[in-house]
Amino acid sequence: MITVKGLTKRYAHNTAVDHISFEVQKGQIVGFLGPNGAGKTTTMRMLTCFMPPTAGTAIVAGFDVLEQPLEVKRRIGYLPETPPLYPEMSAAEYLEFVGKLKGLSGSMLRQRIDFVTGRCNIDDVKHKLLGKLSKGYRQRVGLAQAIIHNPDVLILDEPTAGLDPKQINETRELIKSLAGDHTIILSTHILPEVEQTCEQVIIINRGKVVATDSVQHLQNRARGVESVLVEVAGRNGSLDPAEVQRCLEQVAGAGQVVAKDKRPERAIFEVENRQERSIRGDLARAVVEAGWDLNELRSAAMSLEEVFLELTREAPEVAPAAALETVEKGAAS
Amino acid sequence: MRNIWTICQKELRGYFVSPVAYLLLTMFALIVGFFFWNALAYFILAGMESQMRGQATPMNINEDVIRPVLSNVSVIGLFLIPVITMRLFAEEKRSGTIELLITSPITDAQVILGKWLAAVMLYATMLLVTAVNFSFLFHYGNPDWKPLAIGYLGLLLQAGALLAIGTFISTLTRNQIIAGAATFGVCLMLWVLDWVSGYDTATWAKVLSYMSVITHFDSFSKGVIDTKDLIFYISLAFLGLFFTARSMESLRWRS
Repeated sequence: MITVKGLTKRYAHNTAVDHISFEVQKGQIVGFLGPNGAGKTTTMRMLTCFMPPTAGTAIVAGFDVLEQPLEVKRRIGYLPETPPLYPEMSAAEYLEFVGKLKGLSGSMLRQRIDFVTGRCNIDDVKHKLLGKLSKGYRQRVGLAQAIIHNPDVLILDEPTAGLDPKQINETRELIKSLAGDHTIILSTHILPEVEQTCEQVIIINRGKVVATDSVQHLQNRARGVESVLVEVAGRNGSLDPAEVQRCLEQVAGAGQVVAKDKRPERAIFEVENRQERSIRGDLARAVVEAGWDLNELRSAAMSLEEVFLELTREAPEVAPAAALETVEKGAAS
Repeated sequence: MRNIWTICQKELRGYFVSPVAYLLLTMFALIVGFFFWNALAYFILAGMESQMRGQATPMNINEDVIRPVLSNVSVIGLFLIPVITMRLFAEEKRSGTIELLITSPITDAQVILGKWLAAVMLYATMLLVTAVNFSFLFHYGNPDWKPLAIGYLGLLLQAGALLAIGTFISTLTRNQIIAGAATFGVCLMLWVLDWVSGYDTATWAKVLSYMSVITHFDSFSKGVIDTKDLIFYISLAFLGLFFTARSMESLRWRS
C-alpha cells in the first residue's frame, strides 16, 4: 500500500529525514515511533504531499507523491498534529466542507457524514461550533474528517497527544476498529500506544529508520536471552537467600542467577535460560522440592520501552535526554 | 470549478458568520452615504443659486454628483480592502488548517481563486449597498445610467486587482495584523504614486503615475472604458494571483 524508498528531506542547515525506506502492507496498522524531532511529522507530510521530498520516492496507494499528488491526495486521509478545524463552523458544516473538498457530493456526502459522525461518536456535538468543543471531541472530529471519503490510507500524526487517559483509550479503540478497511500509519512518541494498537513498528531516530519489525519480533530481538524472574519465600518466615541461589544455579539449563531483592523472608532472583525449551517448570520443581514457597514465576519479557532504548542506544549520536524523555512520557500515560 | 466554489462558499461563510462583513458593509454604506449627501447638497445649492441669479448655468447630475462620488468610493475602497484580505491565508497558516487545504485533492489555483472570488464577492456586495444612494437620483431626476454602470465596473476591476495583491500579502505571514497593515501600506502607495505627476513630467514620474491604481479609474468614472485601464487592472489582478500561487508553492518547500 505504501512503499517508501530513500526518502530524504533536507533543510538549509539540517537533514530532517535521511534516506528512510519502508513498506506497509494493505490493512495494517503501523506505528511510527520516535522521540520528538525525529522526523516523524516531516515524513508524514511528505507522504501526504504536503511537502515534496528532497530526494527519494514514495508510492502511496499506487501513485507517486511527486508525479501524481492529486491521485495520492484522493486516497489518503490525514490528521495533522493539531486537528485542522475552523472554529466558526459547526461539526456538521465542517464535515460537509471537507467532504466536498475530497470530491463527495449529494446523497453520497450526506451518507458519509452520517456514517463518520456515528463512527467517531460525535453525533451529540454535530451542531456545536468547533471552537467550543473540548480537546477530545476536536480530535474525534479530526478523525472523522480524515475518514470522510473512505480513503485507502490513513495518516495520523500523534492522534492521542493532549488527551486524557479515558479519551486516549477511546481514540486507540477507534483507530484499531478502523484498521482492515484502511491502511493506517500513526506516529507517536508514546511506547505503550504502539504496543496496544500497532501490528508493525517503524522506529525512527534522528531522521533515520532504526528498526522496522512486528511488535512481537522487536521484543524478542531485544530480549536476546530469555530470563525468568523467581520470587521465593521461606515456609516458616525465614529464608537464606544464598542457599536459594545455590539451589537455582543447580537447575539444568540455568545460567547466571542474579539476586534482585533479598529480604529475610523472601528473595527475588533473575535466572538466565541457557537452553532452548522453557526452564520455568524445572525452576518451580526445584524451589518447591527444597521446601520453600514459590510466590511468583514469570518470564522477564522486555518492554518495548527497553527495546526502544536499546535500539536508540546503538546509534552513537543519540541524545540520551531525548530518549529518556520519551520513556518518561510513555510511562506517564 | 466545483472546488473553487466550495472554497469560495467557505470563505463567504467566514465573512458573514463573523462580524467582519457586517462591519465593512455598515462602514462603507455610512461613509459613501455621507459623501453622496455632501455632493448632492452642493449640487442642489448650486442649482438654487443659478435660479436666483436668473441665468441658467449648465449643470449635469452625472458630472457633478455621480462622478465625484464614484471617485471617492474608489479611494475609500483602498482603506477597506486590507480588512477583507488580511485573514484569507494568514489565518489558515496560524490555525494549521492550511494543511487540510494542501493535502486535499484540489489544486493551489483552485484554493487561491476560491478565496479571491469570495473577497471580490464581498466587495461587490458592499458596492451594491452604495447603489441605493444613486437609485434616489433615478427616482427624482434623469441621470444617464451608462456612465454609472461603467463606473461600478471600474470600481470592481480596481478592487479585483487590489484584493489579489492583498491575498498575496496574506500568504506571507501567519499574523493577520501584519498582513492587513502591509496591504494597507501597499494600497496607499498605489494611490499616492500619482502625486509625482503634479510636479514632475520626467519619464520616471510618468511611470510612477501610471502605476497608480487611482489614475486608471479616471476614465471609468467618466463613463469611458479605456482598454489601457482595463488591461492595467486585469494584469494587476493576474500578477497578484500569480504571486500568491508562487508564494503558496514556496510555503510547501519551506515549512
